[in-house]
Amino acid sequence: MTTLTLIFALPLLAAIALVFVPRNFAVIMRAVTVGVTFVTMLLAVLMFWQFNGATADANGYKFVSTIPWLGAESLGIACKLGVDGLNVGLVLMGAIVAFAAACCSFEIKTREKEFYILLLVMTGGILGAFMSLDLFFFYFFHELALVPTLIMIGVWGRGERKNYATFQITLYLSIGALLALIGLIALYLQLPADVRTFDIPTLTKYFSENTMAKSAQMFIFPLLLLGFGILVSLWPFHSWAALGYGSAPSATAMLHAGVLKKFGLYGLIRVALPFCPEAAQSHLQLIAWLALGNVLYVGWVAMRQENLNLLIGNSSVAHMGMIFLGIASLNLIGVTGAVVIMVAHGFLAALTFGLSGYIYNQTGTLEMNELGGLAKKLRFIGVAFVMAAMAGCGLPGFLNFVGEVSVFFGAWQVPGLRTVTVLAVWGALIIGAVYMLRAVRAAMHGELNEKWANLSDANLWRKLPFAILIASLLVFGFFPKLLTEKVKPVTEQIVNMATAGSSSAKRDESARALAEEKQSRLTSAATRSE
Amino acid sequence: MNLSLMSLELCVVALGILVLLADLWLPVGRKRALGYVAAVVLGLLFLNSFTSHCSCALSGDAFGGMFVQDGLAVFFKRFFLLAAALVLVLAVEFSDRIAAGTSEYYSLIIFALAGMLFAASANDFAMLFVSIELITITFYVLTSFTRGRVASLESGVKYLILGALSSAFMIYGIALVWGISGKFNFNELAQVAGKFADNKVFLFGVLFILVGLGFKIAAFPFQMWTPDVYQGAPTPTTAFLAVGSKAAGFVLLLRFLFTAIPSVTAHWEKLLVVIAAVTILYGNLCALPQRNLKRLLGYSSIAHAGYLLLGVAALAADRKGDGGSAVLYYLGGYLFTTIAAFTVIALVMRHLDSEDISGLVGLNQRSPLLAATMTLAMVSLAGIPPLAGFFGKFLLLKSVIAQGATHPAYYYLTFVALVGVVISLYYYFGVVKAIYWSKETPEVSPIAISRPMRAGIWVCIAGMLWLGLMPNTVLALAESAVNVLK
Repeated sequence: MTTLTLIFALPLLAAIALVFVPRNFAVIMRAVTVGVTFVTMLLAVLMFWQFNGATADANGYKFVSTIPWLGAESLGIACKLGVDGLNVGLVLMGAIVAFAAACCSFEIKTREKEFYILLLVMTGGILGAFMSLDLFFFYFFHELALVPTLIMIGVWGRGERKNYATFQITLYLSIGALLALIGLIALYLQLPADVRTFDIPTLTKYFSENTMAKSAQMFIFPLLLLGFGILVSLWPFHSWAALGYGSAPSATAMLHAGVLKKFGLYGLIRVALPFCPEAAQSHLQLIAWLALGNVLYVGWVAMRQENLNLLIGNSSVAHMGMIFLGIASLNLIGVTGAVVIMVAHGFLAALTFGLSGYIYNQTGTLEMNELGGLAKKLRFIGVAFVMAAMAGCGLPGFLNFVGEVSVFFGAWQVPGLRTVTVLAVWGALIIGAVYMLRAVRAAMHGELNEKWANLSDANLWRKLPFAILIASLLVFGFFPKLLTEKVKPVTEQIVNMATAGSSSAKRDESARALAEEKQSRLTSAATRSE
Repeated sequence: MNLSLMSLELCVVALGILVLLADLWLPVGRKRALGYVAAVVLGLLFLNSFTSHCSCALSGDAFGGMFVQDGLAVFFKRFFLLAAALVLVLAVEFSDRIAAGTSEYYSLIIFALAGMLFAASANDFAMLFVSIELITITFYVLTSFTRGRVASLESGVKYLILGALSSAFMIYGIALVWGISGKFNFNELAQVAGKFADNKVFLFGVLFILVGLGFKIAAFPFQMWTPDVYQGAPTPTTAFLAVGSKAAGFVLLLRFLFTAIPSVTAHWEKLLVVIAAVTILYGNLCALPQRNLKRLLGYSSIAHAGYLLLGVAALAADRKGDGGSAVLYYLGGYLFTTIAAFTVIALVMRHLDSEDISGLVGLNQRSPLLAATMTLAMVSLAGIPPLAGFFGKFLLLKSVIAQGATHPAYYYLTFVALVGVVISLYYYFGVVKAIYWSKETPEVSPIAISRPMRAGIWVCIAGMLWLGLMPNTVLALAESAVNVLK
């Protein structure tokens, strides 16, 4: 078994093993889950560390391995795993968030057995989806992770609107996933019958040599955009997200908002953009305006929230707008920035949902007018929360800043997107700051409500996940090259495929060289200013 | 006459007669175990079908082309043998609820199996009708076998009336087709069917035959009997009806549409698209409010007939396409899934009057194995990885989307199927929720499961996972089986 296989197989094997543990041994379940996700995280860090030195196969993928007994040869389905610059960061982020989520699952006090099994299945599914080099298994693992998500919200969720939230999120996400599946199958059928395959490297090669018919592109791309868009809570299909995350147990919200949701974005960048270039270009304006809907409208909604979790949920949806804007720019800087935000937002969403979960367990409420002054009692949590809020506003030093700045530079270069970019920058900087700072003021500062006089700060075990997440944001924030250097070659290839044949391709080329220089200057400046 | 081709059928009929005869001499206490013997024999016949000693290794036709042994027939024969063996094990478990005639119950299942085996090889209208009648008439008795229960009698009567009606339609259709074309044999009919493609009387005949087959597979608008019969019949009967009878309907439908009248079918793809779409929506929407588990599975079985018709519709547009293998693969997954679900129902609701979903409450404490089985079955029926139902639905959707480029109607059909799948999540998860997370006070008495039944359950679980994760073997079998339709 290679490192990569182990990373995704360990959680699934542990889940199977837990089935045979009697339900009275909750401590064992907890220990196994935390231990296995910890090992997974270490392996992922190791893989990330070795990434530059590893040998790539002919298509540029590293650590490639195939699980031979899964899949169907006659249909061109094989369980092939591998990473390149695009998904190596996502796999690392997923493994770290999974460990953090396992640590935050101490709050679960009922039916621990089922919870930990589902959590492990979800973790395995997520990691499998991101490292799969086969479109069938890409979808397969996503579904494998999605179903536990829905069950966890329905069973261990909180709040009065739990059932409604479960119902809504199930409906939205199933429809989104199935639409994407139809798009993926339609894509597969575009190949001539004798070479049909779901293998992503082969598909990439095929579609870079043979352009898909425009009529097929115009059918497939909207399907993928709609399907993946629903999964990522693209405006106006976002209404499931805030309520769903608000009702979910912390670990589920962390894993879904942080990692699993990025599946749709990853799919758009990996599949939809390069395989349907003409259709992608004709939809860029649409994507950009919808992204603005996320940034401005959902940001505005977030400002009005009275519940901390709903606020965080809405802010997480608003951040998706920035990623979509990066995708819509369709140039090297923009798309690279989008990938960077995907990783950054994963850490950030996990951090904020983990913190709010901790506060909820201590106080039993997340209504902001009942909270207040918590930083006096919960010192560590207070500091972590302020840092998370700052990262959410895009403060330099955190990885989010690197991504957002790149996205704005990328989008500004596209003449047709300037209006959207200006509006999005204002929205992101002002609206984002308003709701984040408002949350900090309402929950952490001010007079301490005497109801909360006996709260206790996190112990070492509870601090650990938050510390790791903040550390990840800071490490990558100070040394963004660790990530961007890996991402750039792949996004370059994708952007080239997606813009091939367009008249603007040449212009982008020259603009890119300029902007690249600017970005590296800016990131180093940001690092210095810290 | 080439009797060696049908040695398998003869063995099964002989087994049925032997079971009946053994009933005369066996002491009362031993009769129950007769079912195990029969199940083991069928299991051995199933295994033997993969060796060269079986008639399944031969190919050719007998009785002047009435009986054909080809890849399609062999695939379905293996399917029916496996289904019947699992159902017999379940029937033994159920036998304490049968007032009298346990052995008759077993032998009727075996005779129904013989009908299905003949149906798999039917290549002629006479064979088609006789095998269908053999299946249907044994099922009239099987559905009303627990005579003490009004519900069972009611279901028997309903099945009898509607079944007789559909048989009448079918025989009338056969008469019309024969009257116009003068052909009984499918291959001979195929050569002349093109000439009659505009003949109204001929087309009415074809339509009437489709009515009869639509009744067997419970496709809209011939689905009325399904929920009532499923609910009232003894659970092993329901399981066999859902799996065996439906699959027999499908093999006959495939043969009739694509061997006998391919030139007519090619013009009827719109009809099949509409029937598939309405069947999916009807089944799923009606299943939503159900509280009786068997009734719910009845409606869900209508929906699954609709999914299977997706493949038939795709095949109608392109006979070279892969709709046929998708149908076969989906049926394979459906076998394990459905029998698993009905096994759990039969075991858990042994002492209850009705099969309300609330009867499942607390099942995970009473028997973790049964709870897991039911959950896997529901998840597989809902079409979620990594189980058989997902891969089957994937194949069906793929075959339909492949036709979309030439016939846009198939894109709409895909979206209808998608809506159906989303609706079905609600009621399937409702069942899972009742098992694990109901707030009502659960019953806690543990459930005893006999060793053979346990083996049967593990076969079903293994089948669901195997078809979901390692599709290669069965897919290859299904692909080679449908070659005869091309």
